Amino acid sequence: MSKTTAPHELHSVPQTTDELMQQALAMEREAVARYNELADIMEVHNNHEVAELFRKMAVIEGHHVSGILSEMGWAEDMVAPRQPGVWASADAPESVPLDEMHYLMHPWHALQLALGAEQRAEAFFESMAQAATNDAVREAALEMRDEEAEHVALIQEWLARTPQPDPEWAVDPDPPRYTD
Amino acid sequence: MNDMTLPAELSAADYKSDYKPIWCPGCGDYTVLGAITKAMSILQRPPHEMAVVSGIGCSSRIPAYTTCYGFHGVHGRALAAGTGLKVARPDLTVIVTGGDGDGYSIGGNHFLHACRRNVDMTYIVMDNHVYGMTKGQASPTTEPDWDNKLSPGGTGVRAFHPLVIALASGANFVARAFSGDPNGTAEIIAQAVRHPGFSFIEILSPCVTFRPEQREWKNLVHKATVEATDDPAQAARRIMTDDGFNLGVLYAGSRPPYARARDTGASLADLEAEFVL
Amino acid sequence: MQPPPPSTTPSQGAGAARTFSVAIAGSGGAGVMTAGSLLLDAAAHAGLYGLMVRTSGPQIRGGEAGALLRFGPEPLTTLDDRFDLLLAIDWQNLHRFADEIPLGPDSLVVGDADAGEAPDVFRAQGARLHMLPLKKAAKDAGGAWVNMIALGFAGALAGIPDSDLEAALRKSWTRGEATLAVNLAGMQRGIAYARDVQGAHAAPLRPPGAAPAGRWLISGNEAAGCGAIRAGVRFVAAYPITPATELLEWMAPALARVGGTLLQAEDELASVNMIIGASYGGVPSLTATAGPGLALMAEAIGLSVSAEVPIVVVDVMRGGPSTGIPAKSEQSDLSFAVDGLPGDAPRLVLAPTDIGDCLQTTEWAVQLAEALQAPAIVLSDQFMGQSRAVIDRPQHEVKPAQRLVAEANTPNYLRYRDTPSGISPMAVPGTPGNVYTADGLTHTERGIPSSQAGDHRKQLDKRERKLALYDYGSRWADVEGSGELAVITFGSTTGAVREALARAAAHGVRIKLVALRLIAPLQEAALAQALEGVRQVLVVEQNHGGQLLRYLRSRFDLPGRPSGLHQPGPLPLRPGELCDAFVDWAATHQPQEETA
Repeated sequence: MSKTTAPHELHSVPQTTDELMQQALAMEREAVARYNELADIMEVHNNHEVAELFRKMAVIEGHHVSGILSEMGWAEDMVAPRQPGVWASADAPESVPLDEMHYLMHPWHALQLALGAEQRAEAFFESMAQAATNDAVREAALEMRDEEAEHVALIQEWLARTPQPDPEWAVDPDPPRYTD
Repeated sequence: MNDMTLPAELSAADYKSDYKPIWCPGCGDYTVLGAITKAMSILQRPPHEMAVVSGIGCSSRIPAYTTCYGFHGVHGRALAAGTGLKVARPDLTVIVTGGDGDGYSIGGNHFLHACRRNVDMTYIVMDNHVYGMTKGQASPTTEPDWDNKLSPGGTGVRAFHPLVIALASGANFVARAFSGDPNGTAEIIAQAVRHPGFSFIEILSPCVTFRPEQREWKNLVHKATVEATDDPAQAARRIMTDDGFNLGVLYAGSRPPYARARDTGASLADLEAEFVL
Repeated sequence: MQPPPPSTTPSQGAGAARTFSVAIAGSGGAGVMTAGSLLLDAAAHAGLYGLMVRTSGPQIRGGEAGALLRFGPEPLTTLDDRFDLLLAIDWQNLHRFADEIPLGPDSLVVGDADAGEAPDVFRAQGARLHMLPLKKAAKDAGGAWVNMIALGFAGALAGIPDSDLEAALRKSWTRGEATLAVNLAGMQRGIAYARDVQGAHAAPLRPPGAAPAGRWLISGNEAAGCGAIRAGVRFVAAYPITPATELLEWMAPALARVGGTLLQAEDELASVNMIIGASYGGVPSLTATAGPGLALMAEAIGLSVSAEVPIVVVDVMRGGPSTGIPAKSEQSDLSFAVDGLPGDAPRLVLAPTDIGDCLQTTEWAVQLAEALQAPAIVLSDQFMGQSRAVIDRPQHEVKPAQRLVAEANTPNYLRYRDTPSGISPMAVPGTPGNVYTADGLTHTERGIPSSQAGDHRKQLDKRERKLALYDYGSRWADVEGSGELAVITFGSTTGAVREALARAAAHGVRIKLVALRLIAPLQEAALAQALEGVRQVLVVEQNHGGQLLRYLRSRFDLPGRPSGLHQPGPLPLRPGELCDAFVDWAATHQPQEETA
């Protein structure tokens, strides 16, 4: 499993709070979609424990989405696509990368990945705050950063309650099967 | 999305079907699917006006995972089927997909000729240097010394260089991408579809089950530092000397795409006139 | 009161040998295939015969999977009608296999007490349910794998000695003493659970205690590869395709060890043409494929016919048509194999009748191809190819194939000389004095291309004659039993048919069996002799269109009003349903009945 990645490079910085919050909204929505996708993948591979955990994460991120919508007074079908160049990284900061999956992964692994996602989100807003060209954006970015920091703490707490998998968790005595 | 009017803007999710992929968790193809649907949302063509054509193998499962018209054909013949479809129906957007085994081994001959023919379509190969579906044999892009059951100790045969072959055969757009970079890949795919003629994209897409060492690829890839060229000789030099992990559009040429003149004026009587005594 | 139908008589009744059938199922890392393989190994070493079939979902890893096994004191070539034990490590998506794991009132279903309820489809068949804390027990045993509990339980319930189970596990273990001890403990737990269930009852099987000398544990694909090497094959060109890939993967190192070569080809067109090239050079050559690959090879098989260059193509049949059902068995390539070439192109088509026979029949195919300088297609299938069985080792003497080769400087050498037998000596490149060009074009006796009617006719007659006049001996079919009714079949259905006929016989229904091994050229005289006194035939096969029935009717005057029992894959034909069908069929054709 990979370690958390560096803060995302910014190419262009939002000039208004609205712009900033649209990016935040886009990020949260992508996180919801990604967690659902991960849950589907785990279900197809009969790993229901982790599938359920990812579904839970999708719901939690869904709350963040409604939070932003209600705070900004936006309608649910508000279109806020991710602006190109806002972050130059490969994947959205708050989305767990698809290539980190393993069919035998344990809830502990899933939480580690979720932790990484939240930490990247926190770092992203930190760098937005630093690059902001006006106070309104800076303050909004710092607020978002602090919220993400809360999420980080929540997941760390959750992790502390989750048993670590034994070193042999990835061992499968059966070979891969072919189907085509 | 069943009513007659399409929504104002189609999102990537609108191009993904409800069918759950059976790829191993961690497979690069998941992100490629995401990049393809993302590219489609950049292009904004309604899914029913696009066709995804494939052969046989893990990567070839993609058509059913999109909401476009799909054709899951036989092993290695996707380019032939795609060519037939596009020439008969030039109004459609045709995207051909598959893996390195399907595309470069049994499909090798069709690959050469599709590049030559330069029909306006896009060919996406998910290259993981292995035959995944049949449990791990060497493919044409596998290193010669990779030990496997069918060729113990490795095939001893040099790996194929698809981008050079594509360029030499006449492809009008040649690019390399990496599944670990979904945004970059989506951009390249959108560009490829927009570019006239035969567009070829090699997407490095790790196989977690048979080539777990390919996790290293994310540390080896790097974006190309120069702009795409339209000079095939220059592109050839660059591609032949790169390390295989150079990402980006490497060649964007200006060959006119395949076209046959069609004069639709004749009637049946006109045709039959030659037999009349 | 009516006696129960013969099919429902358990196989342990009426003098038939008692067998025990186990299904171990589970998903995602449960290791059911490993458990099944170990169980088979243990049973084999205890002196039992066994058969293991695998089934799984579409995922490459982590998918739902089932190891389906049968054990008994006599060679086993088919699964039974029902499983005596279904042990499910978990129930994930197992309902997808319900068709393949039929149960009955005498069956026992064991599941993990903490894994939820068994799906309805398993409970509805009347079996006894018994829940055990499988995962927990594995953990309590020090972190053993759950499949070890399954291994111990299934093995002990069947009557396989603990020592053999332990030996099988030890032999397979590659991961250190400490973990071995833990997993042995897990296995012991499973054994203890089984003893609880068994109580005072005797175990169903009483293994002799040791494997007599002369038994092998092998898959159909491996057996075919082995048979090919025995007969002298030293060049193989390979392209991977389910379910033939393992045959090629087994041959890769094996060939190298005996001085041969396996070359991975870019596709099936290449692999078949490569083996023609190698064979033209004098080296017996082979490739293996499945339906879609065989279709691609058609043109080149025609070349092999015309140029008289011998090759063997093993077709491990799978569900068709087209991409079909790649990982499941079917017998639907027969029509293509016997007739599917352009032109008049006689060729050899053989079909092994069970896993062990994959060795003999592939061996024979190579011998025939070499002797007759013609292509031979061996119709194996996924059921035999990918299943493992305990077999009696081949007893016959190893006789490498003999090709009639022209001596150096043969005076007036004519490669395609119109000989009485139809077989003309073949010059091998490197031999002085006999230089010729092999050709797919119609040719003169010298081998020069010709469009003359006389030459064409001569060569067509020659090639037909060489196959027709050859003495194939008694191996063309297994002919068993007697009576006025006969069942004709081929390939892997033979095992189920044989068992069904034995059950029917136990109830006074006498039906003869003709299990074909040489399908083309059809041995008409021998078949006529085998069917002497037979008034009605029933052709049994696993395909949708009744391909063998159609083939036989087109080439031969079958007696009476021939009928067919044909069912496509993916499910195997089972002895019970076949027995019922045979009894019904026999009842409609009572002896002395006047045909309309």
